[in-house]
Parts: sequence; C-alpha cells; structure tokens
Amino acid sequence: MPTVAPVDLNDHCLATAFLGEVPVFALASGEVVRLDHGTHRHQLHDGLLAAVTAPDGKALITGGEDGKVMRLNADGTETAMRDAARKWVTAVAAGPQGAVAFTEGRVATVLLPDGTQRSFEQARTIEGLAFAPKGLRLAMARYNGVALAFVHGSAPAIKLEWKGAHNQVTFSPDGRFLVTSMQENALHGWKLDGKPGGEQRHMRMTGYPAKVKSLSWSNKGKWLASSGAPSSIVWPFSSKDGPMGKAPLELGQRADTMVTSVACHPAEDLVAIGFGDGMVLAVRMADSKEGLLRRAGQGPITALAWNAPGRLLAFGSQAGDCGVIDIAG
Amino acid sequence: MSEAPDATSPAPIPVTVLTGYLGAGKTTLLNRILSEPHGKRYAVIVNEFGEIGIDNDLIVESDEEIYEMNNGCVCCTVRGDLIRVVEGLMRRPGRFDAIVVETTGLADPAPVAQTFFMDEDVRAKTRLDAVVALVDARHLPARLKDSQEAQDQIAFADVVLINKTDLVSPEELETIERTVRALNPSARIHHTERASLPLDAVLDRGAFDLSRALDNDPHFLDHDHPDHVCSPDCDHDHDHGHHHHDHEHHHGHGHDHDHAAPAAIHDLSVKSISLRAGPLNPKRFFPWIEKITQIDGPKILRLKGIVALDGDDDRYVVQGVHMIVEGDHQRAWKDGEKRESRMVFIGRDLDREKLERTFLACQA
Repeated sequence: MPTVAPVDLNDHCLATAFLGEVPVFALASGEVVRLDHGTHRHQLHDGLLAAVTAPDGKALITGGEDGKVMRLNADGTETAMRDAARKWVTAVAAGPQGAVAFTEGRVATVLLPDGTQRSFEQARTIEGLAFAPKGLRLAMARYNGVALAFVHGSAPAIKLEWKGAHNQVTFSPDGRFLVTSMQENALHGWKLDGKPGGEQRHMRMTGYPAKVKSLSWSNKGKWLASSGAPSSIVWPFSSKDGPMGKAPLELGQRADTMVTSVACHPAEDLVAIGFGDGMVLAVRMADSKEGLLRRAGQGPITALAWNAPGRLLAFGSQAGDCGVIDIAG
Repeated sequence: MSEAPDATSPAPIPVTVLTGYLGAGKTTLLNRILSEPHGKRYAVIVNEFGEIGIDNDLIVESDEEIYEMNNGCVCCTVRGDLIRVVEGLMRRPGRFDAIVVETTGLADPAPVAQTFFMDEDVRAKTRLDAVVALVDARHLPARLKDSQEAQDQIAFADVVLINKTDLVSPEELETIERTVRALNPSARIHHTERASLPLDAVLDRGAFDLSRALDNDPHFLDHDHPDHVCSPDCDHDHDHGHHHHDHEHHHGHGHDHDHAAPAAIHDLSVKSISLRAGPLNPKRFFPWIEKITQIDGPKILRLKGIVALDGDDDRYVVQGVHMIVEGDHQRAWKDGEKRESRMVFIGRDLDREKLERTFLACQA
C-alpha cells in the first residue's frame, strides 16, 4: 500500500522535483521548500513563474516576476544566474552541457556554464522553451509555430509553422518529435526527421475538452501523456510516424473532474495522474490497471515528479497541500 | 469545460480596461486610481511603464499579443499576453482587489474584452467589469476623421470620459458629446478635466454582468424614444468639472440622453441601431440572435438587449461582443412594467433595414 507523507505549504505549488533524493516544491510566492533532514525554505524570487529540473537532476532552475533566474542545488546552494530585471521571466529551460534558457517577452536568452550568453529574438512573445536532448538546440514556442535555433554558430533558426498560439513545447527523449500545447484545446507535433515542407511532418492531436497544461514523455519516449480531459490522454509515439492514425489511450477516467497534471514513471510504462480534486492515481499503459496513490485533497494537482528509481512521487497542489508518496509503502 | 469549481474558490477579480489615444489622459486616470485613498489595491497591466509615477509592485509590463483562435472566425481574437499575466497574478491572490488593463493608443478593445470570455482559465478567475474610453475633447474630431480605432474605442466602451473639457468651448463640447452619443448611445458619458472624477464612476461598474448591466441603465435605449425629452430636473449624466454629481448613478435615475440630433461629425463608419418590439417568440428569437451574430459578428462591436419572451415572466437580458453572445433570465417583469423587447447593436456597416425586419419577425 502506498503511504503519503503530507507537506502543508499553504501556497500555490507550481513545480516539484527530486534533486538527487531531496524533494523540492516551488511556490508562487517565490519560495522553494527543500526537504532534506528538515524543512529548508529558500526565498528565490518575489513571485515565481517558471521552474524546471536540470537534465542531470541536480538542480532546479527558476524564473520570476522579479526578472531573476535562479539555480537551487540539492545541498541548498542558491546561485543567481540573472539579476533582477523589469520584465517577468515567464519560461525557463535546462539543457545538456549545463545550458539554461529563459524568456521575457519576445527575447529568449541562453546562458552557458562558461559564461557565454546568447539572445534570440522572435517577432511574437515566446511562450515556451525547450532544449533538444542532444546538441545545443533551443525550441521557442510562439504564435503561429516554433522556432528551432542552434545555440552555437550562425545558422538561421528553423521555423516550424502552424497557425495558432503555441504555449508549451517539448522534445521527445530521442529528439525525433517536437510537440506543443496550444491555446486551443489541442497539441501539435512535428516529426523532425520528416522531409522539410512535407505534410507528414505535422501531427494534430485534438479532441481535448480543456487546455493541455501538463505533458510527460514515458521512459524511452514510447508514450506522451497529457492532461486536459477527464482521463489522461496518452499518445503512442513508438512507430516512426508517431501517433498518426492511431487512437490514444485514455487512462484513469473520472466522471466529475479533470486531469490537471501527469508524470510518467522513469523506468516502467506507468503514468502518475493528478486530478482537479487532488486525487492521484498510477495507471499502467499495458493494461490500464489503476492504483490509488492519494485521495482527493484541497485543490487541483499542479505538479508531479518521480525520484530517479521511481519509488517516490512528489506532488504539489494549487491549495498548497503537497506531499511525497512512497508507492511501495 | 473547466475544472470543477472547488468550494474555496474566491470571488472573481474585477477587471477594468482603459482605452484611449495617446495623450487622452489614461496615465493621469491610472495615477488617480493608484494613489487615491479608496482602500483598494490594484494590479495594473500596461504596455509600457511610461510615466506612471507611482511605486507599485503590481505594475506588470506586457507586450500586446493578439492571438486569432483557430476556429475559422476572424473576429475571435484574444490577448495572449493577458492570459499569461492574469494566470500569474491569480496564483498569488490576496495581493490586490482588482485589475486594470491599460491598452495602447491604437488598440482594438475587442480582443481584450474577448479574452475574459473565451479563455476558460481567465474566465474562471476574473470578470470583465467595464471598458472605459478616454477621449481628448480637443483632438477628438481630428482623431475620428483619420482613425477607425478612435471610433471603435468609443463604440466599444461602457464608460466614456470626455477629458480636457477645459480646453474647448461649451459649443465644441456639446458637439463632441453628440458625436460620442451617436457612436454609442448606451455608454455613460462623463466630462472631466485632468481625468478627475469619483472613481466609482469608472470602477466596479458591472457592465458585463447580466444581472446588473442593464439595470445600471434602466433607460438605455430611450434615446430613440420620440417622446423622451429632458425635463429640468432630469439627472444628466454630466459632470460639470469639479462639482460632481457623484450621487447620480446610485439611485436608478441616470438617464442617458441623446438629443436626436445627427452626429456633428460626418462619415463615421460606426453606428448604433436600436430596435424595439413586443414580446418575442423564443423559438424565433434564439435562432435569430445566433444567426445574426454568426453572420454579422465581425461587424458587431457590442450588442445589448432586454427581451420579453412570450409566456415568460422573467426579463431575458443579452449582451455580446462580436460573435460572443451571453444571455440569461434576469428578474421577473414588474407589475405595470411594459413587456417589450429592446436591443441596441453598435457596429460597422450594419444593415439597419435587415436588422429591424428580422427582429420584428421574431415577435410572438
């Protein structure tokens, strides 16, 4: 039986992560709470807007209303990667080789560990950022598509166009697919190894009753789980054409609430699903078998993160009733 | 579909939108809103910090981003930046009581307003309170001649401040007011100097609240009523400079006047069309309003109406922005209240004859 260790934080939790074995919870106020032999509070921002875990799992990168970009390590070391500025930092990304990117308005800036800084401007506001898993390439989601820029060199950014407003962007773990969530209730994908200009490059994933706010790739990228419906919509990406022509799985269906957050297990084909009423389920892709991890709470689940071995699941909620679940009890 | 509302959801935060050309007085009004001792805290979303001289943590700079929705409707646009900023602000509730959005001089107010109806998250947490247009009395005639946006801003507004009245003669002011009235018969009009007026004239108006909108304005369509004339004790909606009639909007006598004179400035492409009929057959009225807004939505800036549905003891109120229409039962018709249906359409290139004919055809 899973056991839940509650952590009551009384603030909107935007993100959670395990830095090594240390769970952290990033709160809207700008505070990040770190559970390492006691509760440690780090006031990183006046208002936190975005947080992402570094690919090596050793640090949390955050951006805030104060214009700052911060890095928090597992041991509690705080580093200001960018000082206070006027505009809100609305998205951050962390990539290979210690690269970090942040965006404010129409400009995205990449910071490299050697101190190199490089900015990319778009004609429209950049809503979402993601680094490709290999090589230093940055995807910038904006109105009418995604720009794919090489951090080094002078090659022009590749423009992946699709009409409409694109909010979040994510690469599949093998780098073959790029998927955005849109202002409409839909996802849009591009097959990056398809022929340029060919229609087969596009993947439309529609039919959601609500906006998709949470996306998670399964280990090895076989599946892409998403929120935005009464069940988690899980698209199959194992074939070379991705989910085209195939029906998605609908896991953990509920009658009276919506899926608000998803996180795929780091090793198994299993997804943790958080709901609008605070419930958390674990559901297996192979047979849709469900296990209850947490009963309904005080607010919608807004963040989920597994530790590297996949035994612990941290969850955060809009109401601040967060916690850590040990699935093995 | 939105998330199930939890019992702890706070009341929606009211949002006031300020429009008006550069120099019309938006910053002056904003500074009044931020500095007067009304005991309320405002978050302000601006395009540029500009000249707001008030130190306030909650002034957010945001690039106006107009997003067309992928639904085949050209007028279904939202302000993408507002969605993001409002979402961010609402994650830390308790810091402010209301939001003010200042638009750039040339902005079309429709995408701002539509954001509060079309985006499910924004809609769940906020409510559009009113669109307030500031007009520079001295420069309005020239602006109206050379810009569609100036007309749209007035036509779209719930409240119009004719500002800088000290810079024009009483005759010029009268002409300007007639022009504003011709563009928008249902707006509240105030005359101001240095944007000075009691703030409750622009804040917390409930202009989009179906239960309040038209009761604010009990005679909102009477301007076209031939026997409606101003009596000496009639409560004009005018603020005469510094001696405000600041009691005037609270007791239900706030008539809005039009003196049935034609607009003094010609070639305005925006016009308002008022319709009046007896009780309507709901089986005709609902398909009609749906069809009119589907077909003519791009031309319709605003619509408002109080409708008597045949066999229904409640007043039915509607309001709309382009293709977005909302309607609801409001309250029971009172004894002695004339059961009639009245609507006003404000828009560009509207076909008056067609609207009148098809509206009348909905009668029971």
